[in-house]
Amino acid sequence: MRLVIRNGRVIDPASGRNEAADVVIEDGKIAAVGAGLDAPGAEIFDAGGLVVAPGFIDIHVHLREPGFEHAETIETGARAAAAGGFTTICCMPNTSPVNDSAHVTSYIVETARRLADVSVFPIGAISKRSEGEELAAIPSMAAAGAVAISDDGRPVMNSRVMRRAMEVARALDIPVIDHCEDLNLSAGGDMHECLDSLRLGVHGIPSAAEDVMVARDILLAELTGARYHVAHISTARAVAMVKFAKSKGLPVTSEVTPHHFALHTGHMRPYDSNYKMKPPIRESADVKAILEGLRSGAIDCIATDHAPHAGDDKMQEFERCPFGITGLETAVGLTFDLLVHTGLISLERMVALYTSEPARVIGWKGELERGCLKPGTAGDVTVLDPAREWSYDVTKSLSKSANSPFNGRKFRGGPVATIVGGRVVWRA
Amino acid sequence: MTGGLLGIEELSRPEIEKILDRARAFQPQPGQAFQRTTTCQGKMVVNLFYEASTRTRTSFEIAARRLGAETISITASGSSVSKGESLVDTLNTLVAMRPQAIVMRHAASGAPHFLARHLTTPIVNAGDGTHEHPTQALLDARTILDRRGALEGMKIAIIGDIAHSRVARSNVYLLSKFGANIVLCGPPPLLPRGMADIAPGVALEYDIRRAIRDADVIMMLRVQLERLHEPLMPAGEYYRFYGLRLEHLSSASPDVMVMHPGPINRGREISSEVADSQRSMILNQVENGIAVRMAVLERVLLP
Repeated sequence: MRLVIRNGRVIDPASGRNEAADVVIEDGKIAAVGAGLDAPGAEIFDAGGLVVAPGFIDIHVHLREPGFEHAETIETGARAAAAGGFTTICCMPNTSPVNDSAHVTSYIVETARRLADVSVFPIGAISKRSEGEELAAIPSMAAAGAVAISDDGRPVMNSRVMRRAMEVARALDIPVIDHCEDLNLSAGGDMHECLDSLRLGVHGIPSAAEDVMVARDILLAELTGARYHVAHISTARAVAMVKFAKSKGLPVTSEVTPHHFALHTGHMRPYDSNYKMKPPIRESADVKAILEGLRSGAIDCIATDHAPHAGDDKMQEFERCPFGITGLETAVGLTFDLLVHTGLISLERMVALYTSEPARVIGWKGELERGCLKPGTAGDVTVLDPAREWSYDVTKSLSKSANSPFNGRKFRGGPVATIVGGRVVWRA
Repeated sequence: MTGGLLGIEELSRPEIEKILDRARAFQPQPGQAFQRTTTCQGKMVVNLFYEASTRTRTSFEIAARRLGAETISITASGSSVSKGESLVDTLNTLVAMRPQAIVMRHAASGAPHFLARHLTTPIVNAGDGTHEHPTQALLDARTILDRRGALEGMKIAIIGDIAHSRVARSNVYLLSKFGANIVLCGPPPLLPRGMADIAPGVALEYDIRRAIRDADVIMMLRVQLERLHEPLMPAGEYYRFYGLRLEHLSSASPDVMVMHPGPINRGREISSEVADSQRSMILNQVENGIAVRMAVLERVLLP
């Protein structure tokens, strides 16, 4: 089986390539990249006027399976990922049961192999049941296919446990991803602590709840030598600390979600749960720092934190609604509109933020190498149209859930085709 | 948005003045028990109370009846709410019975605002979480105006658990629109620094003596024990530093008005001597509650 993508502009940050070229995929792997390639008998994908990039990677999604299949499944989440231009996703362990054992890791890997349109890599829990006390079966999960560890929404508060987890992760050469939130400081909070939270009578989550954890984790990363990754960074102070850690040569990386660079508290509709997530939407000064971090490299990649919740769960009193919004299908559109078309970053940098950079954060090697168009690696390609005008209709989402604040939003630029292992799994 | 009343913050000063003027017409005249009309005959008001309340619920019931409207009251413990029905489902059920207004109290901030986006029946907010209690601020303003004639330039001290008080927020929004000088006072964990910026004319004070110096009005708030999830201070310590006692009143304006939204905790935030003194407006507030709620309900029922 052979596919040739012709006439596109190939942008491959890993190799520095940015030129008109063809891409040939053979037997699920990249076979060749170059101008005027011969590909007898190949299926042809005409990418005239389009950008051809390595398959996009989202290292932070929630697929809700096992346990919460009414909100999402591995199959539907993967379909939404494909519709967002993603070919690889990493799913967080806060399922039921928690992914804290090789059994659950294997279940996810096997289910994805059978039903998912894109590549799915589980992230294992740091602690048993993500309770923050005893370490989970980290080496077994890694052997079963977990590519990182995290207790995501239930961050490890005990610094000694976090230290031990980092030591284990370092030996396995996998990153420790932390959702940075001091649970004592954030307790009871439903939105960012600011003038609006006081006005609305909503209990606030101070920026300091994130900042103290980022500070702690950076110190522990220095102590242990572990690769440490800040999930969904949201405050100006946290961006500054990551930048500082990088300047000291520490193996510290960070990601930001599209909603944290697209929205600040002034955009929130009061008491609308589609604006309720953790970390919360912060202030415009934080957004400014995040944009600068994306430009300068303090922030390494964009990840969606796609967090589907069933409609009933989000149709409640604000304080009772769960945290999180969907994000797979709107990420690339928001990136074009707010980062590329504004001139903040180049198209090459944008592609890097979704390909070579997240691949470096995780560190896939050997036959799992991805995020580039190197011959022999996964035949995953995302085709983009920077000029495509489209709008997001959440009722047509391929996710099982519809909790997005971006319903009805108009975009310029987005994915037009998603190719996984040489197979076109989604077309606009 | 339907024609209900969700909060003071979004009302303009003329809209507030209109309600306060109308409320005056509903105040009892000398030698008369109370005012009654039949203008809202045939209308139905549902009182839906998800939180315990005696005075507010009763006050709304009486107000509706004195307008000639029918009223029924539903409390959370005696309804399908206790069977796990969602808020939206409960409200949709009530709306199907075609009331002309729903008066609602709920422990969650923004619960009526959330519902107003999904319902066409007007909602009157009778207190939402730690957000607003608009009719309380209106009746407090009516009570002050009955004695003083204007709010502008008055020094009004609001003392207690500001952070968790919907009464404080609604009063701040209202008084600020009328140019009053507002001093908020309470223990630091219950008085976030950012409160100074929620409206023009607001100052913070952590010392009750300074807060009430030359005050024209002192509004005491109840310590909201049920809302506290903060490390605070022992009860005795609270009363010692933030309880209002007779000795405090000498530094206030000679004809200072002491107000309290009730229910009062004697010996916790206010001494019995003050609560029962000539300066206390607590019962005037209760009486004005009915007149103000008549004006509010009339505005909703006869748009």
